[in-house]
Amino acid sequence: MTLVDQNDIDAIWQSIGMAEHKHEDDVVKITVSGNRVLGAHLLPGVEVDADEKPDGVAVNFRILDEAFIAKPIQLCFGVMPETGMQHIELNLNIGENSRASVVAHCTFPNAVDVVHRMDAVINVGRGACYSYFERHVHGPAGGVTVVPKAKIHLGADARFKTEFELIKGRVGVMDIDYEAECEAGSVIELIARIIGAGDDRVKINETAHLRGERSRAFLQSYLALKHDAFAEVYNTVTAHADGAKGHVDCKEIVQGRAVARAVPIVDVRHPGAHVTHEAAIGSVDSKQLQTLLARGLDEEAATDLIIEGMLG
Amino acid sequence: MALLEIRDVVMRLGETPVLNHLTMEFWAGHVHALVGPNGAGKSTLANTIMGLFGYTAFEGDIVYDGESLKGVPVDERARRGITLAWQEPARFQGLPVHKYIRAGAKDPSDDRVDQALLKVGLDPRTYRDRACDRTLSGGERKRVEIAALLAMEPRVVLMDEPDSGIDIQAINHIFDAIQFFKQNGATVILITHSLPVLQQAEHAFLLCNGRLRDKGPISKIENYFAENCIMCATPNEPEKRQGAWQ
Repeated sequence: MTLVDQNDIDAIWQSIGMAEHKHEDDVVKITVSGNRVLGAHLLPGVEVDADEKPDGVAVNFRILDEAFIAKPIQLCFGVMPETGMQHIELNLNIGENSRASVVAHCTFPNAVDVVHRMDAVINVGRGACYSYFERHVHGPAGGVTVVPKAKIHLGADARFKTEFELIKGRVGVMDIDYEAECEAGSVIELIARIIGAGDDRVKINETAHLRGERSRAFLQSYLALKHDAFAEVYNTVTAHADGAKGHVDCKEIVQGRAVARAVPIVDVRHPGAHVTHEAAIGSVDSKQLQTLLARGLDEEAATDLIIEGMLG
Repeated sequence: MALLEIRDVVMRLGETPVLNHLTMEFWAGHVHALVGPNGAGKSTLANTIMGLFGYTAFEGDIVYDGESLKGVPVDERARRGITLAWQEPARFQGLPVHKYIRAGAKDPSDDRVDQALLKVGLDPRTYRDRACDRTLSGGERKRVEIAALLAMEPRVVLMDEPDSGIDIQAINHIFDAIQFFKQNGATVILITHSLPVLQQAEHAFLLCNGRLRDKGPISKIENYFAENCIMCATPNEPEKRQGAWQ
């Protein structure tokens, strides 16, 4: 591991507005800037091996069986310069009957031409409960290409919830591709909330295969687009077993010349399974808008507040 | 003196006038009621005063504080002090109650938001952070709406059926709010089919088929309620009963 200046760690946590949290001793924290692991503070029940590579890092992350991690694990991935490439290879194993949550901050506040790529393999063990909240902090110029891909496996009765949020700063280009296999009694929630502006390009491709009996999936994508932004969302649930249940919910607000496309795919292969979907694309609801106008907000402020509520 | 004047207003939907040569005055520090059968034009008049989308093309004039409101957009009317509470308030997915109230508040402080909630009988500790969406009951949402109006401190308050969905305990909070607006010098305009709401007002206007059929103190207009609201067997078609109104 490269020796690093404490100032680098401070800068990256400061960019996400969490400078004061970096000293908490009872929180697992891992900080990666570019291809350098700047710091890793671990607690019992959590193991991490990280290898620096020319264009990023490879991280093996393990929550041990039966471990209970009380406070959210804080991950911070960032590229502070204007240009750069960060490729995260993440191998995540959530032990059986363990409980943990992760808050991942991905910060590219100065990006002009930055590529952030993540290839993750996530195994959530039998009976484990794991949530992953990924918040992106981008600058006003866009300039970031974000390509997170994950192959997810949920063991029997496991629960996994992932939330992806990019509601401040410009997206740039985003291409999310998650695919999950769900065993009996497991529950997966894949949630994305994104605001796109300028010439941002967003593609979301999320798939859950409900292989086991009573497995459940909830896929939700909420996007707000303005200017010339473009988004396409493909949410797929396949149900193969008795009692499998799924729901796909896609809502997109478009303004200006923005374009949104939503393709919910429901593939049911067992008579005892039940999957539903809803997709709504349109402008801001007129009654909501007029209500806020009647409080004195101008149209832009009213629209922003409606979107903030929807995505917040 | 009238703060708000409706001057010979005609609004048409196609060829049909839905507001037909209406002339009315609303005074500062007074509570007024608009009554009449469904389709009489009460909500249309409120929407026209507010300047909502689709309600801006009319003949005649609407004068507020000595100035015409023609061409003034809805948000500017609100900033000048006019606001409207819908019969069925909009739901806002994920938007916390405190942010919703704060959005239009004259004083956006936490204290002011809490005071507004308390005034409509909602405990701020319970409601401040709840979402202003379908998780609120109809009555709760309605009270949040009134709280937002209180925080806004408007000069003209249009309230469309303020008691709909409100239970018997909460209705007094709504009535208190109406009187609070009045005591603070606001012009209150209530649209109602309810006698208890009508009795909150001092003056009432009876509309039918887009026309003003009668006006006066509540004691006068109350009589129509005693006769199932309108003394007319052909509501909204009064021309068929010429003389009934004379």
